[in-house]
Amino acid sequence: MKLAKLLIVMVAVLALASVSMAGTLDDVRAKGYLRAGVNGSVFGFSMPDKKGVWKGLDVDTAKAVAAAVFGDANKVKFVPLTAVQRLPALQSGEIDVLCRNTTQTLTRETKNGLNFVHVNYYDGQGFLVPKKLGIKSAKELDGATVCVLPGTTTEMNAADYFRSHGMKWKPVVIENTAELNKAFFAGRCDCLTSDASQLAAQRSVAPNPKDYVLLPEIISKEPLAPVVRHGDDQWYDIVNWTVMALIEAEELGITSKNVDKMLKSKNPQIQRFLGVTPGMGKALGLDDKWAYNIIKQVGNYGEIFERNVGVNTPLGLERGLNALWTKGGLMYAAPFR
Amino acid sequence: MSRQEQAAASDPFWLDPGKRAIAYQVGVLCMVGLLAYYLVSNTLTNLEKQNIASGFGFMQKEASFEIGESLIPYSAADSYGRALLVGALNTLKVSFIGIILTTLLGTIIGIARLSSNWLVSRMAALYIEVMQDVPVLLQLFFWYAIFYETLPSPRQALNPFSGVFLTNRGVAMAVPAAHPCHKYMLAAFITACVLAYLLRRWARKRQEATGRYFPVVPVSVAAIIGLPLAVWFIFGAPLEMDVPRLQGFNFKGGITLSPEFIALLLGLVLYTAAFVAEVVRAGIQSVSKGQTEAAMAIGLKPGQVLNLVILPQALRVIIPPLTSQMLNLTKNSSLAVAIGFPDFVSVANTTINQTGQSIEGVALIMAVYLIFSLSTSAFMNWYNKKVKLVER
Repeated sequence: MKLAKLLIVMVAVLALASVSMAGTLDDVRAKGYLRAGVNGSVFGFSMPDKKGVWKGLDVDTAKAVAAAVFGDANKVKFVPLTAVQRLPALQSGEIDVLCRNTTQTLTRETKNGLNFVHVNYYDGQGFLVPKKLGIKSAKELDGATVCVLPGTTTEMNAADYFRSHGMKWKPVVIENTAELNKAFFAGRCDCLTSDASQLAAQRSVAPNPKDYVLLPEIISKEPLAPVVRHGDDQWYDIVNWTVMALIEAEELGITSKNVDKMLKSKNPQIQRFLGVTPGMGKALGLDDKWAYNIIKQVGNYGEIFERNVGVNTPLGLERGLNALWTKGGLMYAAPFR
Repeated sequence: MSRQEQAAASDPFWLDPGKRAIAYQVGVLCMVGLLAYYLVSNTLTNLEKQNIASGFGFMQKEASFEIGESLIPYSAADSYGRALLVGALNTLKVSFIGIILTTLLGTIIGIARLSSNWLVSRMAALYIEVMQDVPVLLQLFFWYAIFYETLPSPRQALNPFSGVFLTNRGVAMAVPAAHPCHKYMLAAFITACVLAYLLRRWARKRQEATGRYFPVVPVSVAAIIGLPLAVWFIFGAPLEMDVPRLQGFNFKGGITLSPEFIALLLGLVLYTAAFVAEVVRAGIQSVSKGQTEAAMAIGLKPGQVLNLVILPQALRVIIPPLTSQMLNLTKNSSLAVAIGFPDFVSVANTTINQTGQSIEGVALIMAVYLIFSLSTSAFMNWYNKKVKLVER
């Protein structure tokens, strides 16, 4: 199954006689919609709800790009991809942007021919253990059996952590997230490791979420960001500044509810941002109303976060590193001028 | 020179069907070659254009991921090449053991299917129908789930016999503690096997020449069991066992079979055995009943009828489809990814994940399965040739 999909992607790579290196914007406009690669099975990040409507932080990021390009956040087709498929799918031009909780690394930006835009979620790898084991720290995990969520940097981080602490462990790697969860909740492993946000999502679907605790150690840096292909600077700018616009809007206090009122604001920063003073959109090759459309239809970063993964959702995540820089977090947009 | 030959020599080659066939074949070969060249060069150009690294240079780099079970020493500090070797050996392990068990079980069920006992034959039929009709992936999930859902955690391990512990982390068993006599016992075992083979050849020759019968089977079995046992006694019969004991999270010592391995083996064997049973049944039924009756009429015992008359003829029918079932089992073992057994596909997937070199990774997966399958079928073809009806 997975293999077959992978083969299809490979054939797609082979069959593309000439991959269009520049002009993703023109391609997307000609198609009339954006093709976004997503995970598809991580609650809170990208997953269809009961009615089949895509929901999540990554989904909303892709919608924001569509709003910027088309003025319509719904002109997106979502392509669920496994960890193995995602990079070839982007490289081959099957998708226009990858919003699939993907960690920015040096290898991916160089050898894999990709560019990461501004981070849309700062994450880190952690451990989830059953409460009854009575473990307080990841350093007590010597000899443990560890269920590893299929991810790219996850297996390596875990191996590095155990190696550097001179501990032995046994990984159980299952490709299907749902199967791995079942095995972990049934006690096949002593602990489950993945990005902390994903662990929160897994715990929320446990038979009894209160029986599991996240250990305090965060063993890696996982800056998750949308990805585009190398070599198309205009498209990179559009996706990058779309993410920044989400953050900037939160900082300026513009929300989906008050954005119409904000059009009349006297603040020159807000006027430039919303296109009341024209220029910013043109520079990107977009309509000057691009940022207005994003905020009106999708909301600012804070709204997206609280709606999908915040404390009032089943994931119940604090803003933490993902708070604005003015509130002790890392979310910091470059100036819009 | 006859007139016909003369005509053939002077005709242009396109009028000669033999030469024309060669020309067509060369043409097709050229087209296939060109297509392959186009695909490869196109891929390489595109990869280069997108600044994607290609080639197998990554094989020497440090893998930095751990593998759950391995036949050879492996740690995260070893190279991708070694990690892939570990995966290939795991695939080989499960396929090899699986093929042997499948052949045994399939033969037993196939014979049971033909039994004159109503209950036995219906039970075998039921088994075959159920196992053949449930997709093997579902069977794997089923056995895996049974394992981790029903068995207790290591701290409450089931202990059905002394030295055997059943837990949701696997089956831990006691094994004899390492002792220098083991390698001599192995040598004795191999010697006994060789002796049995020579004995069989000698007995056959003598029977053909003189008609005198020699009881090869009991003597061989006695030698194969007795010789290593004798060596063991010479060393003073060391009885020390390496018993698994609970330490920290899990059992240490003895040998442990992981739930993933057991579930995969069980799923593959039970599924494929149903097909093998049908193959065996068809083979035996292909030998006409008259043969059995004739053999009985000349006074052969039932065992001799099976060994000397029916099996040699049935095997000709059984071997080719049996080979394809063995290949199926090997290829189906790649479903291991679904239940977390670190087979070749699983390790290659992680490698692809980390290096981003999916084309090389998938090419390797294809190459490894091709090698496994071709060697299996080469061996089986050799065996098939041996049992083929010798026409006189």
